[in-house]
Amino acid sequence: MPESIQTHPRNTVPDANPIPFPQDRSCPYHPPTGYAPLREAAPLTRVTLFDGRRVWLVTGYAAARELLADQRLSTDREHEGFPVQSERLAQVRNRGVALLGVDDPKHNIQRRMLIPSFSVKRIAALRPRIQETVDRLLDAMVDQGPPAELVNAFALPVPSMVICALLGVPYADHEFFEEQSRRLLRGPGAEDIQDARDELDAYFHRLIDHKRREPGDGLLDELVHQRLASGAVDREELVSLATILLVAGHETTANMISLGTFTLLQHPDRLAELRTGMGEGQPLMAAAVEELLRYLSIADGLMRVAKEDIEVGGETVRAGDGVVFSTSLVNRDGTAYEAPEELDWHRSTRHHLAFGFGIHQCLGQNLARAEIEIALRSLFERLPRLRLAMPAEDIPFKPGDTIQGMLELPVTW
Amino acid sequence: MIHVDRDRCVGAGMCALTAPAVFTQDDDGFSEVIPGREDGGGDPMVKEALRACPVQAITLAAAGDQP
Repeated sequence: MPESIQTHPRNTVPDANPIPFPQDRSCPYHPPTGYAPLREAAPLTRVTLFDGRRVWLVTGYAAARELLADQRLSTDREHEGFPVQSERLAQVRNRGVALLGVDDPKHNIQRRMLIPSFSVKRIAALRPRIQETVDRLLDAMVDQGPPAELVNAFALPVPSMVICALLGVPYADHEFFEEQSRRLLRGPGAEDIQDARDELDAYFHRLIDHKRREPGDGLLDELVHQRLASGAVDREELVSLATILLVAGHETTANMISLGTFTLLQHPDRLAELRTGMGEGQPLMAAAVEELLRYLSIADGLMRVAKEDIEVGGETVRAGDGVVFSTSLVNRDGTAYEAPEELDWHRSTRHHLAFGFGIHQCLGQNLARAEIEIALRSLFERLPRLRLAMPAEDIPFKPGDTIQGMLELPVTW
Repeated sequence: MIHVDRDRCVGAGMCALTAPAVFTQDDDGFSEVIPGREDGGGDPMVKEALRACPVQAITLAAAGDQP
């Protein structure tokens, strides 16, 4: 290990030409074209955040696996060095976030309360219910259309209904919490985030009171009657956990369904092949979901702060440095995947980092897999002539500083 | 012998998903080796499951090694 510290490491983009992060995608299923120079500086380089701060951007697959599993990197949102990726998030940085915003041992205690509800077996048992939800939404779409706006008619309500059932949140309130989630993740202003959090906090406090009086059969009921009652979790923590589960439980999967549909429609040869082998239990569909997760990498920009100096890829990440992982670049690292720009489910897509890695790897990943698989299979089976209802280039999609996906998806069949 | 370290396990379920003939999850959501499959039963997916585990909770030791 060299002792000297390079002042101008070979992989560092010159300061004169700082590359901003995040950037908007120009095609909704490809990394932003402005990231091209960053890929050449693998496995990690420097980028500039909105506030001018220089942080490390990890773009190499092996380095990302190593660093995401390294607990010297913190995800504590209240750490003063924690990087923020937009002005509006900077305004609310002092508010704690459960689970994904805390380190062990606190994270471990919180996660262990939740994992039984997200096990492979529990999710497998949920599949018939997911299928019913999907079928009902497709029935309604067929009754009313064509055309349809797929985000609101299908992509969003599928995971929204499923996470409500799992948590024990009344789906009747979906317009309220979908709107608050949207404001929480996309603003547009800092006051939107603050206000959305206040609204969701108040909502869950009321729901907890209600559940104390009238127990239901959701995960929140279990947490209220076992963990809150025993003092294993306090009320604020429970409200924060409920918010994370609800928001993460529908926003991410909704984006995978909308963007996954768009991407398949833009790859007609691939879609034609998928149609021949997409029946339930067919391995092709599961492989396609895995490849879409890799290819789309919708949570692009996982944030950490270094608690200690870390040597990686010939560089020294200093204690206090911000470290950001571009999952879209990591999952298209040519040393990990052959022809990474190709959408190809015949490759081994296993081990992609779309769900992250390390202790914070997505808790709901197996629920997400089941939802995406059932939604896409049922959609294309039921509507074999599904196509875009406007030119692809005119369809709006989400900006770079949030979870990637379609804002709208007008379709016909 | 395949061993899952319960203290490290975060219940991601990657092993049970990758090599379901060898790994399962208990009622608490923790991964465990299916009884009788501690030798992996020659399943080539065991290696993949080891690599898929996000927290390196699975270890593989030659039979006869002390844990």
